[in-house]
Amino acid sequence: MARIELENVSKVFDGHIAVEDLDLDIADGEFFVLLGPTGAGKTTTLRLIAGLEKPSVGHIRINGDEVNDWSPSQRDVALVLQQYSLYPRLTVRENLSFPLRSKIRRASAAEIEERVAYAARTLRIEHLLDRKTDRLSGGEMQRVSIGRAIVREPHVFLMDEPLSNLDAKLREAMRSELKDLQMRLGTTFLFVTHDQVEAMTMGDRMGVLNKGRIEQLGTPHDIYRNPRNVFVAGFVGSPAINLFAGGMAGGKAVITPGSFELPLTTGPAVPDAGMGLTFGIRPEDLQIEPGGPVVATVHDVENHGTEKVVTLRVGAAHLRAAIPAQASIRVEEQVRFGWNPEKVMFFDSQSGLNIGRRA
Amino acid sequence: MAEIRLENVQKFFGAVHVIREVNLTIRDKEFCVLLGPSGCGKTTTLRAIAGLEDIDQGRILIDGKPVQALHASERDIAFVFQLYALYPHLTVFENLAFPLRATRLPDAQVRKSVTTVAEAIGITHLLKVRPGALSGGDMQRVAIGRALVRRPKALLMDEPIGALDAKLREQMRIELKRLHLENGSTSIYVTHDQVEAMSLADTVVVMHDGVLQQVGTPSEVYLHPANLFVAQFIGSPVMNIADVQLREQAGRASVMVHGEAFALPPAVLGMVGASPAGGMALGIRPEGIVLSHHETPGARPLAVHLIQPYGPFDIVDLKIGTQTLRARTESGFVAAKGQNVWAQIDPAQAHFFDKSSGKSLGVRLG
Repeated sequence: MARIELENVSKVFDGHIAVEDLDLDIADGEFFVLLGPTGAGKTTTLRLIAGLEKPSVGHIRINGDEVNDWSPSQRDVALVLQQYSLYPRLTVRENLSFPLRSKIRRASAAEIEERVAYAARTLRIEHLLDRKTDRLSGGEMQRVSIGRAIVREPHVFLMDEPLSNLDAKLREAMRSELKDLQMRLGTTFLFVTHDQVEAMTMGDRMGVLNKGRIEQLGTPHDIYRNPRNVFVAGFVGSPAINLFAGGMAGGKAVITPGSFELPLTTGPAVPDAGMGLTFGIRPEDLQIEPGGPVVATVHDVENHGTEKVVTLRVGAAHLRAAIPAQASIRVEEQVRFGWNPEKVMFFDSQSGLNIGRRA
Repeated sequence: MAEIRLENVQKFFGAVHVIREVNLTIRDKEFCVLLGPSGCGKTTTLRAIAGLEDIDQGRILIDGKPVQALHASERDIAFVFQLYALYPHLTVFENLAFPLRATRLPDAQVRKSVTTVAEAIGITHLLKVRPGALSGGDMQRVAIGRALVRRPKALLMDEPIGALDAKLREQMRIELKRLHLENGSTSIYVTHDQVEAMSLADTVVVMHDGVLQQVGTPSEVYLHPANLFVAQFIGSPVMNIADVQLREQAGRASVMVHGEAFALPPAVLGMVGASPAGGMALGIRPEGIVLSHHETPGARPLAVHLIQPYGPFDIVDLKIGTQTLRARTESGFVAAKGQNVWAQIDPAQAHFFDKSSGKSLGVRLG
């Protein structure tokens, strides 16, 4: 059982605000991901919950108990970091049992053996138990460091970019392994990353953090389809969303500086003929088709196997479209394109807020 | 103008055989990407072409002329590293001019060449700046500019954008390709990132353990991988691989995956012939597993174990005993894990491999 609540939490380091006015409520058994660029305050938030930092203002509660003054060990949370920090001269078994041998825990030999065996089975590292950790691959080391957290049977797992040092293939495999592990353990996970694919694919819910503030909380699907502002829209999704400045006139979207127009079916009630809008359209919602309303030049074509990512050039504007891999298309060719008007997002250029957002 | 050819190239580091009998022709103006995991020999191959490593056997030919005995500076090839290696005390202009100054070119010509290259790579506004003030992307642009300013026969690049962040890498990929389109010099590019290879290459050369695994266009290596290694190295999420047997019953064919029978066109029986002695593996990409909410002929009902939303699409994990099959569906298609869906294997996207050799059986259905 572990519900984590942050209420009005701020943290100031020497006049620099690392985290500001943070409100979070992470449910028991939830896989929650904090996503944001470098310097957004993700690691600070994690360290605040772990008890490695004290909040300047606000309350942190675990299972309803205010833990502001509790030490890290009293909070019963396990931290897994990007750097594995295993003991290189010890075997995997010794590394796993190490946290249980401390004087405070006083686990019996039989209990230690049982917990190590459980962790090893869960992480599929039983065959590595008698190997020294300096003989392990990166993925194996990261599994052992997660195992060291599992043996303690903590209330909460806090993970700080644990996959960032692994290569792409291994990261992909570890993503589903970690998600699967969390489902089997049923423990609350708070996972911190700058990688939007990790956040989208693993989180039950996610929070997008920027400059110490939460920009949006929601399910991955909601955040992708219904971003609260331009920052979230641009940070989540690869290839990135297309954003163009423009306005509405005569029921159409008028795009500057490329100066082209696209049809609209729905849209927020904004004054006609006014500029000051930013239109957002995801690459998969741009369509290259003979009858499309706008002419463009193909600037680049990338074959991604399942699909092609095409960069189009209209005047000074560049747009990206994701099209089926079978489509044949050549660089510098003239094509016509349109968009799916149902999927267009409308942002206020000044505030960056999504003004057509469905609640 | 340069065609580069490798003939039976071998290279040892002590007892380690790092390049094994490599034969490869890179056509004039081609953009060729050497792709493989770390330690596969791709960088050694690149350095051998540049003349930064000697080879133990074989020949390297540039425009038909053997160069393996020539010094790096005599091969007229430019090299770009992941680390930019710019001169910190010189301006961007002087960094770009450096290779030309060494050839004692008249000043006016140096100025002209530098300006042309700076324009091509979009760094004209940075010419007076020193490297210390540049971003990572701009530093790599300057490093590439410096390689191009001599108008070399070929441009060799070793993970040039590997150190940049994801968004900048996407942008630099496009710039590199546009530059190649406009500049047209033969390019050889080394990376371990399959997305980069697929995105940039005219020809992808997949390497593993010093051996060329497959040479082909991005769509050839993606659609028709020559072996299990290529099949699993290219594509994300990774291709599903399962031990299978083929079964024939009353003129119908099916492939057995851990006891579940998925229908295939009968033609597969003749194409596979006798099953390989070491067993057979089915390879099917996530988009080759077609899901339906309704019972469909030839499909099997499977439980959804995990849903991973990517945004434009979802990847769902299906379980057959200990075997996981990963399928790509439209976003939100499966509402919750635990649901049953009907899964079918698209014959046109099915690959069959000999398990012991790893080689593709070359079966193409549909």
